Amino acid sequence: MSKKQQFVKFDKVDKSYDGKVLVVKDLNLDIAEGEFITMLGPSGSGKTTCLMMLAGFETPTNGEIYLDTNPISNIPPHKRGIGMVFQNYALFPHMTVYENLAFPLKVRKFSKEDTDKKVDKALSMVSLSGFENRMPGQLSGGQQQRVAVARALVFDPQVVLMDEPLGALDKNLRESMQYEIKHIHESIGVTVVYVTHDQDEALTMSNRIAVFNDGKVQQLSSPDKLYEEPVNSFVAEFIGENNTFSGEVVDISKGECKVKLDSGTEILSNPIRVKSKGERTIVSLRPERAIINPEKKMDNKHNGKIEEVIYHGDHTRVRLNMLGNSEFILKVPNSSARMDIKVGNELAVGWNSLDARALDPK
Amino acid sequence: MSSETQKILTTDGIPLEESLKKAEKKNKIKAFLLVAPLLLFILITYVFPIGDMLFRSVDDRMVTNMLPKTFKAMEKWDGKEMPPEEVFEAFYLDYKILVKEKRHGKLSTQMNYEKNGFKSILKKLARKQKKFKEGNYKEQIMAVHKRWANVEYWRAIKRRAPEYTYSKYLKGIDMYKNEDGKIVQVPEDRRVHKILWLRTLEVALFVTIFCFLMGYPIAHLLATLPMKYSNLLMICVLLPFWTSLLVRTASWMILLQQQGVINDFFVLTGLVSDDNRPEMMYNKTGTYVAMTQILLPFMVLPLYSVMKTISPSLMRAGKSLGGTPFIAFWKVYFPLTIPGIGAGCLLVFILAIGYYITPALVGGASGTLISNQIAFHMKSTLDWSFASAMGLMLLTGVLVVYWIYNKLVGIDNIKLG
Repeated sequence: MSKKQQFVKFDKVDKSYDGKVLVVKDLNLDIAEGEFITMLGPSGSGKTTCLMMLAGFETPTNGEIYLDTNPISNIPPHKRGIGMVFQNYALFPHMTVYENLAFPLKVRKFSKEDTDKKVDKALSMVSLSGFENRMPGQLSGGQQQRVAVARALVFDPQVVLMDEPLGALDKNLRESMQYEIKHIHESIGVTVVYVTHDQDEALTMSNRIAVFNDGKVQQLSSPDKLYEEPVNSFVAEFIGENNTFSGEVVDISKGECKVKLDSGTEILSNPIRVKSKGERTIVSLRPERAIINPEKKMDNKHNGKIEEVIYHGDHTRVRLNMLGNSEFILKVPNSSARMDIKVGNELAVGWNSLDARALDPK
Repeated sequence: MSSETQKILTTDGIPLEESLKKAEKKNKIKAFLLVAPLLLFILITYVFPIGDMLFRSVDDRMVTNMLPKTFKAMEKWDGKEMPPEEVFEAFYLDYKILVKEKRHGKLSTQMNYEKNGFKSILKKLARKQKKFKEGNYKEQIMAVHKRWANVEYWRAIKRRAPEYTYSKYLKGIDMYKNEDGKIVQVPEDRRVHKILWLRTLEVALFVTIFCFLMGYPIAHLLATLPMKYSNLLMICVLLPFWTSLLVRTASWMILLQQQGVINDFFVLTGLVSDDNRPEMMYNKTGTYVAMTQILLPFMVLPLYSVMKTISPSLMRAGKSLGGTPFIAFWKVYFPLTIPGIGAGCLLVFILAIGYYITPALVGGASGTLISNQIAFHMKSTLDWSFASAMGLMLLTGVLVVYWIYNKLVGIDNIKLG
C-alpha cells in the first residue's frame, strides 16, 4: 500500500475567534501518511489553533480540512479517531494508568482480553510495563508524559496530534523524550502532527517543519533546508542564530547581487527575495559560515572589532562590531589552535556570498 | 560507637535534645499564646453552651430540690394504692415552704409538663393550705380537689423524684414512661414530634437535591465562562448572601402569597382562574422554594471551587479518545467533582435540617420544622430542658450524617473551597 501524499489536507482554511482578527489565514497544508510534521512558531502564531481545528475542538471559519479525502469539519471530535497528547498530559487523575489507557478501548467496546493486550503493548512501547495500577499522581512528569503518549496511541489512531507535549519537562528529560517519541514514530509509522515553539525540538524530530507566524505558514520544508535555506527573514531569525545587515540592492545579476549597507560598505550576497535594483533588503548570514582569517577564495572579506568574548565550553562566541552591526556573532570552535581573541582586537572575517542570503526587509 | 550516636552533644556539651527543646520552647509558648484567645472563645461560646444544653436536657433537680421531704417519704410507697399519710404530710410541709417563698408557681409549671391538670389543683392547694389544721393531711388535701384523690397524680409526682431523667428525650420521639415504668408511644392523636422529625428530614433531603440539581449547572457555567461573564454571574449567586435573610424571606412572601406577584402573573396569562389561585405559601411548597433559593450559594461555592481546578483539557482528552460528550462528562468530569458535591450536599443538608426563620415565616402549619418546635418550647412553654433535648437530638442527627458521609466518601475528600 503506497503512502498517501494528501492524508491530511488543510484547504484554504481561515480561522477567526472574534470576527475581527484572523488567527489563521488561508492555510493550505498537505500532510503525507506516516509523516512527522511539526508546526513551529512563536506563541500566538496560530499553530495550536490549527491543531485544535484538526482535533475538532475548533471549527474553521472558512475552508475545509480533509482526513484521508473525507471532509471532517462536521464530524465531532470523538468520531474523528485522532489521538491527542495534551500540553499538560490531561491524564484522568481519578483513574489508574491501566484505566487511563483502557478508556479509549472501552468506549470502542473492545473485549477485556483485547484491551489487556493492547494496554500491555502500549505500555511496553513507552517502557512503563508494571505501572498499570499506579495513579497518575504517583508518577514523575516524564512517566506521566509517556502514559499520555501511550494513551494517544493505544487505540491505533490514524493521526496523532501532540500539543507542546514536552513543554513542562526539564531539559535533559525533554531531550531523551524527543528521541523516544521519534523512535516510536519510526517503529509504528503513524502520522504525527506536532506543535512546539522550541526550534531544537522541531529540528530534531520532524520530517518536515511548517514555520508559523502571524497566522500563516512562512516556510514548509525539511529541517536541514529550513536551517540552511530560509526563504524569508522571519524564518532566518526564528530558526537558529543569525547575523543580519540591512541595506539596498545596487546591482543584481544571476545568482549574485551587490548590496550597499547602511554603513556605506558594499557586500556580495545571494539574492533570494530581491529581484531588482533599489530594493531594500536584509542580508542574513549564519554565524558558523563566517570564518576568521579567511582563505583567498571567499568573496566577502571584512574587518571587525571584538566587543565581547563569551566562553561556552565547546566553542567561544565572539561579538564583533562590523559593517555597522555591533551584534555580529562569530562561533569559534574550541580547538587546540587558539587564536589571539581579546576584546578590542581587530579580526579579519570572510564568508561566501552564497551563504549571505538577501531576504525581504520585513 | 552506638552510645555516642545515641547521645549527640552540641558544641557546648549540652545534649542535643535538651538544647533543641530549649530553643523550641519559646516558639511553642508564642504559638500557644497566639491561639489562646481563640481557644478561650471556642470554650466559652461552644463547649460550655453545648455542655450546659446537654446537662439541662437531663437535669431534673429542680423538682427534686423543691420537694425533698415528699420524695423521701415516697421511697417506701410502691405506687399502687394511694400513698400513706406520711407522704401527704411531707408534701404539705414541702409545699408550705414553697408557697411561703413564692416558688410554688415553678413547681406547678414543672408538674404540668408531667401531667396536665396539675396547675389548677396546685394553685387551689396553695390557697387552701393556709387554713389546714394539724394532723390527717391526707383527708384535708384530698378534699381540696378530687384530682388529689387520684393516684395518677401522685404517681406523676413520684416520677419526678430522680435527679436526672431521660424523659425529655422520650418525649422528643413521642414516647413516655407509663405508670408501670414501660416505655410506650403516646396516643396517636398526640404524636406531633415524629411527624416533625420526618418532615425535617424530608425537607432537608429535598432541598439538598434541588440545590444540587440547580447548583451543578450554575457552578459549571461559572467555572467555564470567560472571566467577565463569570464575575457577573458570581455576583448574582452571591447577592443573596449579602442580603439579609429576613429580607429575602419577606420577598419570597411577596412573590408567593395568594395575591402575590407569581399568582397575579398566572392569572394574567390565564394559567389559572382568579378564584382558583394556588396556595404556594404557608405550606411545604413555600418552605421548599424559599429554602432552596437561600441555601443555593452553599452548594454552588464548593462545587465551583472544585470545578475551577478541573482542567478543560481533561474533557477534551475524553472526547479525543473517542468518548461521546456524555461519556466524557460522566466518566471523567463528574467523578472529579464528587468532592465538591459531597461538600455542598453536606453543607446544605446540615444547614437545612436546623433551619428556622424561613420555615417559620413561609412554612405555615404544614411547613414548619423541628427547629420551630424547639423555638416554640424555648419561647412559649419555657420548657428549656425539652428544647435542649431536641436540640441535642438534632445535633446527634447531624453527627450521624457526618459519620455516614465519612464512611461512604471520606471526609478528607471534601473540598469547601
